[in-house]
Amino acid sequence: MSAVLSTHGLVARYGDFQALYGVDTELGAGECVALIGANGAGKSTFLRAVMGLLPVAREMVRLDGEPVGGTAPDRMVQKGVAIVPEGRRLFTGMSVEDNLRVAIDQAARAAGKAGARAGGKGGWTLKRVHDLFPILAEKARTPVQSLSGGQQQMVAIGRALLCQPRVLLCDEISLGLAPKVIREIYAALPEIRAAGTAVILVEQDVGLAQSASDRLYCMLEGRVTLAGKSAEISRAQIGEAYFGVGHAVA
Amino acid sequence: MQWLDALIQGVLLGGMYAQYALGMALMFGVMRIVNISHGDLVILLSLIGISLASAFGLGPLPVLVALVPLAVLIGFVLQKTVLNRVVGNDPLPSLIATFGLSIALQNLMLQIWSANSRSLPGYGLESRSIEIGGIYIGLLPVIVLAVATGLTWGLDLMLKRTRFGRALRAAAADVEAAAMTGIDPRAVYALATAAAVGILGFAAVFQALRSTVAPADGPAQLIYAFEAVIIGGMGSVWGAFIGSMVLGISQAIGFRIDPGFGVLAGHIVFLFVLATRPQGLFGRA
Ligand SMILES: Nc1ncnc2c1ncn2[C@@H]1O[C@H](COP(=O)(O)OP(=O)(O)OP(=O)(O)O)[C@@H](O)[C@H]1O
Ligand SMILES: [Mg+2]
Repeated sequence: MSAVLSTHGLVARYGDFQALYGVDTELGAGECVALIGANGAGKSTFLRAVMGLLPVAREMVRLDGEPVGGTAPDRMVQKGVAIVPEGRRLFTGMSVEDNLRVAIDQAARAAGKAGARAGGKGGWTLKRVHDLFPILAEKARTPVQSLSGGQQQMVAIGRALLCQPRVLLCDEISLGLAPKVIREIYAALPEIRAAGTAVILVEQDVGLAQSASDRLYCMLEGRVTLAGKSAEISRAQIGEAYFGVGHAVA
Repeated sequence: MQWLDALIQGVLLGGMYAQYALGMALMFGVMRIVNISHGDLVILLSLIGISLASAFGLGPLPVLVALVPLAVLIGFVLQKTVLNRVVGNDPLPSLIATFGLSIALQNLMLQIWSANSRSLPGYGLESRSIEIGGIYIGLLPVIVLAVATGLTWGLDLMLKRTRFGRALRAAAADVEAAAMTGIDPRAVYALATAAAVGILGFAAVFQALRSTVAPADGPAQLIYAFEAVIIGGMGSVWGAFIGSMVLGISQAIGFRIDPGFGVLAGHIVFLFVLATRPQGLFGRA
């Protein structure tokens, strides 16, 4: 398998606190990989480190084999990696449409600069995002802070898609949402993947993660404790990897 | 009649303050930088303009045309070389850096231009006035107000409608999220400061036309800009404009009550707003 994104002994710290202890992962082209783990396992840290939001060594992250660790986040976006960040991080005070336009603007700028687009070939447009989440067309002029949590999550996903990613990093997109809204959001996944975009899904809901992904990594205290095909991994294996039961920590 | 006159003079004075306040509101709104050297930059540009005028015999308009691009360049370089290193969540480093810059600029100007007061020859523009219903209105203050209104309107439109404006607002709302959306914060910051100092190019010409400038005058200009921005609500463009009007009117009315009370009246209104509505008249709480 040729990996579009891979990490090699990825280490990250917050000051003196080490949050990741050598994480090795691989994401194949067009693949969907889930990353699960308890609170504080280091899932968000992993995504932030990949995105260039934390200082990491160059060789620790590769995109199409090219070392890109520690590249600034805006450059990572241009290289085709986009993120739906933890907590959504929408641009408060701006309308739904303006939030989306920021991504469109930057993608256009990058495309203009690079001549041919260095990023993805997803061809995401405002219209396609509206087709995916029709409510966003209806609420185009609404300030994002007055949307419901689910609608805000849709804006965050739409914004990331309009960065035209080849790799999409999603951090707990189901968090705090009603089951119906979660289904609505996860229903968008096949369409996103159909464009050839590979996805890393960080997810608290193990069942959801397992059913939505091809492969799965489980993290515990900054380490990968389980990796395998989502369909083949048993609940017992996950439980053990998730909570560290019976895991002799050397 | 006397009070109407004071009101009009106050609004016109507010036009001058608005030209100071816009750039400050922009820099604070986008980067949370309170630029202590704001007033000194105005004076520096004024003095450069005055020297240009006397060296090449230029009128006010050619000076303006030369000064604004120079101001834009100064702002850009200032951000790239100094402010981008100190901008961040903590407002203290940028405060200290711009404070140091303010002192350095004042000394530099003293070296080059000496402590003398100078002004820009207006070729009669500064003394012309129009009479409306018994009230004399200076032509220059009217031009200042018109330019201030145009700048505010243009800046507001730029923020709302352009690609750059959206990037600015995004970076102001959440700079990390902006970076995750492909925005290079440092590039956006450099252009924001370029725009802010560029506006000061206008202020510099009008300041040197309507009164005299000397190297040590900067801090006083800074105070007016600062007060106007606080009154209007930090970071809002039209808020800064209205805050400038409130400040100008307060000073003009205070001046009518007692000539020594004018500037103080402005400070009192500023303190009153700060105490009762710290987010400013137009700020979000
Ligand atoms: N900004 C920070 N400064 C210091 N420590 C941090 C910071 N952010 C996270 N941590 C620590 O790093 C570890 C991993 O945190 P991280 O946010 O990556 O976990 P997570 O797996 O995403 O958890 P959750 O499911 O709760 O989002 C935790 O122990 C956390 O306390
Ligand atoms: Mg997390």
